[in-house]
Amino acid sequence: MSTTSAAAPRWEALARSALRNIGIPTLAIAVFLGCWSLASRNIQVSFGSLPGPVAVVEEVKNLWAEHVAEGAKEREFYERQAQRKEAFLAKNPNGEWKERKYAARPTFFRQIVTSLQTVFTGFVIASLVAVPLGVICGLSRGFNLALNPFIQLFKPVSPLAWLPIVMILVSALYNPPEPFFEKAFLSSAITVALCSLWPTLINTAVGVASIDQDYLNVARVLRLGWFAKVFKIVLPAALPLIFTGLRLSLGVGWMVLIAAEMLAQNPGLGKFVWDMFQNGSSQTLAQIMVAVFTIGLIGFALDRAMLSLQRAVSFGAQAR
Amino acid sequence: MNPSRLPIFRRWHPERLVRIRVLNTAWLFAAVVATLPAAEPEKPDLKFGFIKLTDCAPIVIAKEKGFFEDEGLYVTVEAQANWKILLDRVITGELDGAHMLAGQPLAATIGFGTKAHVITAFSMDLNGNGVTLAKSVWEEMLGLNPELAATPTPRPVKADALKPVVQRLKAAGTPLKMGMVFPVSTHNYELRYWLAAGGIHPGFYTPNDTTGTAEADVLISVTPPPQMPATLAQGTIQGYCVGEPWNQQAVIRDIGVAVVTDYEIWKNNPEKVFGVTAAWAEQNPQTHIAVVKALIRAAKWLDESPENRVEACRILSRREYVGADFQVIANSMTGTWQYTADDTRPMPDFNVFFRYFATYPYYSDAVWYLTQMRRWGQIGEAKSDDWYKQTATEVYRPDIYRAAAKELIEEGYLAATDIPETDGYRAVTDEFIDGIAYDGRQPNAYLQKLAIGLKD
Repeated sequence: MSTTSAAAPRWEALARSALRNIGIPTLAIAVFLGCWSLASRNIQVSFGSLPGPVAVVEEVKNLWAEHVAEGAKEREFYERQAQRKEAFLAKNPNGEWKERKYAARPTFFRQIVTSLQTVFTGFVIASLVAVPLGVICGLSRGFNLALNPFIQLFKPVSPLAWLPIVMILVSALYNPPEPFFEKAFLSSAITVALCSLWPTLINTAVGVASIDQDYLNVARVLRLGWFAKVFKIVLPAALPLIFTGLRLSLGVGWMVLIAAEMLAQNPGLGKFVWDMFQNGSSQTLAQIMVAVFTIGLIGFALDRAMLSLQRAVSFGAQAR
Repeated sequence: MNPSRLPIFRRWHPERLVRIRVLNTAWLFAAVVATLPAAEPEKPDLKFGFIKLTDCAPIVIAKEKGFFEDEGLYVTVEAQANWKILLDRVITGELDGAHMLAGQPLAATIGFGTKAHVITAFSMDLNGNGVTLAKSVWEEMLGLNPELAATPTPRPVKADALKPVVQRLKAAGTPLKMGMVFPVSTHNYELRYWLAAGGIHPGFYTPNDTTGTAEADVLISVTPPPQMPATLAQGTIQGYCVGEPWNQQAVIRDIGVAVVTDYEIWKNNPEKVFGVTAAWAEQNPQTHIAVVKALIRAAKWLDESPENRVEACRILSRREYVGADFQVIANSMTGTWQYTADDTRPMPDFNVFFRYFATYPYYSDAVWYLTQMRRWGQIGEAKSDDWYKQTATEVYRPDIYRAAAKELIEEGYLAATDIPETDGYRAVTDEFIDGIAYDGRQPNAYLQKLAIGLKD
């Protein structure tokens, strides 16, 4: 008797909190969709009317159908090539036939992949620069003082200002006979790196500088060398803050990437948005909205992934 | 070597093959051997850039209809954000070639703007541009020029009708603002030609004024083509000169009036070219010929039948190409022109891709653009007639075009009459809106005849 009466309020509380945690966001989304729908019916733009939620979902289907159609075209290409090869070999049995790869057109879904590759390349470059610099800054006050003006000066610079400089430098310096990367890819990735390295650099420096003096004393007592000290004591102790920095950096990088791709012509989501804007067709706005939601969802997923990494290295200290 | 290059294989089917084998083995062998050396492109994987305009059609059609593949070329095409980025990417080698404004290879080679030796062996089309004015400006013109209000509107509309509006706005301290797509674009010269023919000064380029607005009655500035309608709707500019579909777009969206076409300003004027760098052409001569072959076939296909045009509009309206709505693209591509909501007229020659030897790179076309660069001060000093000729021959390469055309004639894709008998100069023509005759051999004498602009 007493157990049931104790359980009932608990169930009730659980149900109430579930209702609140799921119900309120659902309600909010419903209100948002309603307002959007209403707005789309009443706002006329030069491309026709503002697309509502249904038009946007329709556009996702179109983009997917396009992706599938492109796959079919690829198969047709290889069939044509096989026929050509047969005809060629029938003619010169000893001839050397060169297989060609299909020159694929970037569909929306391939563009998503390109964007992810670009942002991770930029992020890795940024991390490889920012973490070592941050560690040195944290350990050496002099170095920190020397670097500080540059950090303060370059941190607030917009990606749109970096990009032309990066593009010109990449064009001048990167000219291999068999380029492995596209120049546009490299320019975008470097711009992402330039803009996203600051949070990691600053957080690493702070993390290292605020290590408990006792730990460093232990290192001194054990007569650890400089590298052993960094890898055995400093880095593990600073890890939670380093990861906080990395998470912020990836978020910044993802935001910067879209702008960089628009200008550098890297065939990712940024170029998709710009190309659709240039189309000026009646689907333009719906297509751009699909891209906006996609960018948002991917950004959210990246942040969650970094958050779980951050939690994993935080040794019980709760990260948010 | 790609067997499909031989015409007999293109119409490949077993009976025919047997017959050929039986009757003509020796000849066939000879033919294969004969075409072998010319057949192999040095660089089969290519990437071409284009701007979202209907006149990129030859590149798109050559890809979609498999003409590039027939030549053993595997081509990716990529839309570019604007003409400057497109040119830069061709120069840096990120793009192998691109859909360019006729003025771009010329200006790059003489060093106005970006300096690089860019050449062209293929003219992409004739005509295809229009001038659009904001509805408010058009209504004011109707009020000030009663003869314009007749039905149907007397065409072509000359800029004389716009002049009182321009004068009023200039006196009020808010001069009329117009957009064009690039400082060395055909549109810039056509718009200036139209204005100047009506007594309106479009402004000079000087060392101190690189925006080209010195002494201007109308302020002309650069806006990328696809953004024209939006910029007009925002009121940033009150008119523009641009290629299709961006004039028809403004008419269909009811934000502007497509007041005059470049066909009326200069009948059958040369428009876009296919540009590559001189270095690229030197390293890849066979590839270049193969590309030009595919482009000539595409141009011919585009002009072959109205059905082909409709199919081309369907292809171009896909989002990776021009991406505008089919109806908007079809408006001008299928031989009509919509001036206003209720004034649509037939204009079969608005987009010419192949007829009138449209694909041939005439020196006289190059010289006309050079005269306009001088007329408006983009070329800083007077030049001799010889210099014009010399520059034209450095940039325009009919020799490459002829090599490609010769192969196509041998393969049966072209008739010998499809290629002009010419020394590179078109006949003297006075089919301009002001009737002033142009002779490509005498650029300086031509400049003397134009009322507004530098004269030597």
